[in-house]
Amino acid sequence: MPALLRSTLANSPYIVLLLAAILAPFLITNAYHLQILVFIGIYIILALSLNLLNGYIGLLSIGHAAFYGIGAYASAKLTMSAGVPFLLAMPGAGLIAGAAGYLLAKPTLRLAGIYMTLVTLGFNIILFLVLQNWMSFTNGPLGIMDIPEPVIFGYTIGSRTGYYYLILTLVLLTLGSMHRLIHGRFGRALISIREDELAAESMGVNTTRYKIQAFVLAAFYAGIAGSFYAHFIKYISPDSFYIYESFILLAMLAFGGQGNLIGPVVGAAVLFLLPEMFRFLEEYRMLVYGVVLIVMMLVRRQGLLGGKEYSLRLGWFDAPQKKEYTRGDRFLPEEETADQTLNEPDR
Amino acid sequence: MSLSARTVPLMPLLEIQDVTKDFGGLEALSHVTTHVDEGEIVSFIGPNGAGKTTLFNCITGTMPPTSGSILFQGEQLLGLRPHQVARKGISRTFQHIRLFNHMTVLDNVMVGNDHNNTTGILGSLLRPPRVGREERASREKCMAVLSLFGERLLPRLDQFPTMLSYANRRRLEIARALVSGPRLLLLDEPTAGMNPHETQGIIDLIRLIRERGHTVLVIEHKMNVVMTLSDRIVVLDHGEKIAEGTPAEIAANEEVIAAYMGGRRHAQAE
Repeated sequence: MPALLRSTLANSPYIVLLLAAILAPFLITNAYHLQILVFIGIYIILALSLNLLNGYIGLLSIGHAAFYGIGAYASAKLTMSAGVPFLLAMPGAGLIAGAAGYLLAKPTLRLAGIYMTLVTLGFNIILFLVLQNWMSFTNGPLGIMDIPEPVIFGYTIGSRTGYYYLILTLVLLTLGSMHRLIHGRFGRALISIREDELAAESMGVNTTRYKIQAFVLAAFYAGIAGSFYAHFIKYISPDSFYIYESFILLAMLAFGGQGNLIGPVVGAAVLFLLPEMFRFLEEYRMLVYGVVLIVMMLVRRQGLLGGKEYSLRLGWFDAPQKKEYTRGDRFLPEEETADQTLNEPDR
Repeated sequence: MSLSARTVPLMPLLEIQDVTKDFGGLEALSHVTTHVDEGEIVSFIGPNGAGKTTLFNCITGTMPPTSGSILFQGEQLLGLRPHQVARKGISRTFQHIRLFNHMTVLDNVMVGNDHNNTTGILGSLLRPPRVGREERASREKCMAVLSLFGERLLPRLDQFPTMLSYANRRRLEIARALVSGPRLLLLDEPTAGMNPHETQGIIDLIRLIRERGHTVLVIEHKMNVVMTLSDRIVVLDHGEKIAEGTPAEIAANEEVIAAYMGGRRHAQAE
């Protein structure tokens, strides 16, 4: 089998999923359903960004909506007051959120565990109050209206389909970039800090620096999601970024499982769909939401897909691997072990 | 047999001067002064609670001493954070195994080499060729270190530490500490919980490590290990250094025997 065909087949689940995602707007004609998909996309980015903190480096942040809000307001202000084109405003909003993340993380990351968590909660509440009361800049509880539609290379994205493809691109970029970050030195360091901070620090891992970097990255991704949200809904108000929103993100991670890249995606999709599906129950639908979470915590505490790394690669198309070591930990004769180790050449 | 132990260095590799660690009234370490020369194997021994691990923690920066000074190659270690101490070339293992349980054996060792690498966020995202080179070099280094343990760890690269036997977890900790190429390796009870055969393997390994040019500082309770392995022994009791010398000198030291046989009841009553 040629190598290209083999790797294509091995990655076929991804290809099928990607094709389904690309073809979705042609199959789903209902604008409301498409809008749900766009929202799921926003929450996937947010859940993945929070996953970087809660899942990978083990910092429990419970105020992540603050960065989402900063991104949304920054993007709205940049395009409306400063006249920055959308294509620059979106990364700009991410950078501003990232800068806010840096300013928050730098002084507080020396705090251990629960205190750091409380700081994130406090930051979220403070941000809400600022957005609520800074009338001249944020227009207070009235919010910012008529945020322009995104214009990319002269092409205005106005239709649901356009927004869908934009968020699909952003989700794919988020997944791709996170995959690269996690599989390498950076990701290894993050996970080692989560597993045992003292050991990681003693091995020479600069834990404070990695924590700040992870915090800034998480804030950046959330800021991008916020920017998209602002230009999609075209109206933002402080209510959208209250701690309630942060807790929804936490629930998504708790449900889907954290510490890998698939759990948050599943969590975001399921927990966004649930209330929509139970809309006929009207105000009782939040009850369903709560019951699902409680059952989840009782039955599977690490979340649906939590606790380990998943690969969708179909391994059965790989060439069989040669096993060089089969003897394992059998009780080796003393001389033999000594010989093996002592004959090892110096580096 | 030893390559560097015979050369007389100008200054000790590690100088511990008058180190005191005070836990709010309880003196875990009291005015301890000792030194470690390049290429030596030095053992810290003493009854439980004598302050051996506390001294390790003071050296590595996890628990800075109340007073005193610790010089490594003439540089002050006090005030440095643990990762900075590690970068200077001091690496350690822990009394209670502290491995990264949700990372594979290979990744555990790779973390030990983290501070020799430079790939940052942008490097991870853009993956220029040097990132791949660095990753491969790091991996090769890990494999070289893991091969020191014969067939114990090499066949288990993709397993998780929780699947390993107790002795293999200890070996993995040593591998993780060794991969960055430290000048000084601190081993906190490397043979705890091992059978005599495995203990002998660790003794051979520590000798091999010394021959590769690392200086080794060991905390150990098993007297046969200490006596066969050490060039020099430092005895701690109740936070004080009560003796220091070659294995033969220590074996004949009355105060050491008294500390071990419980003859210091008067000291506890103070």
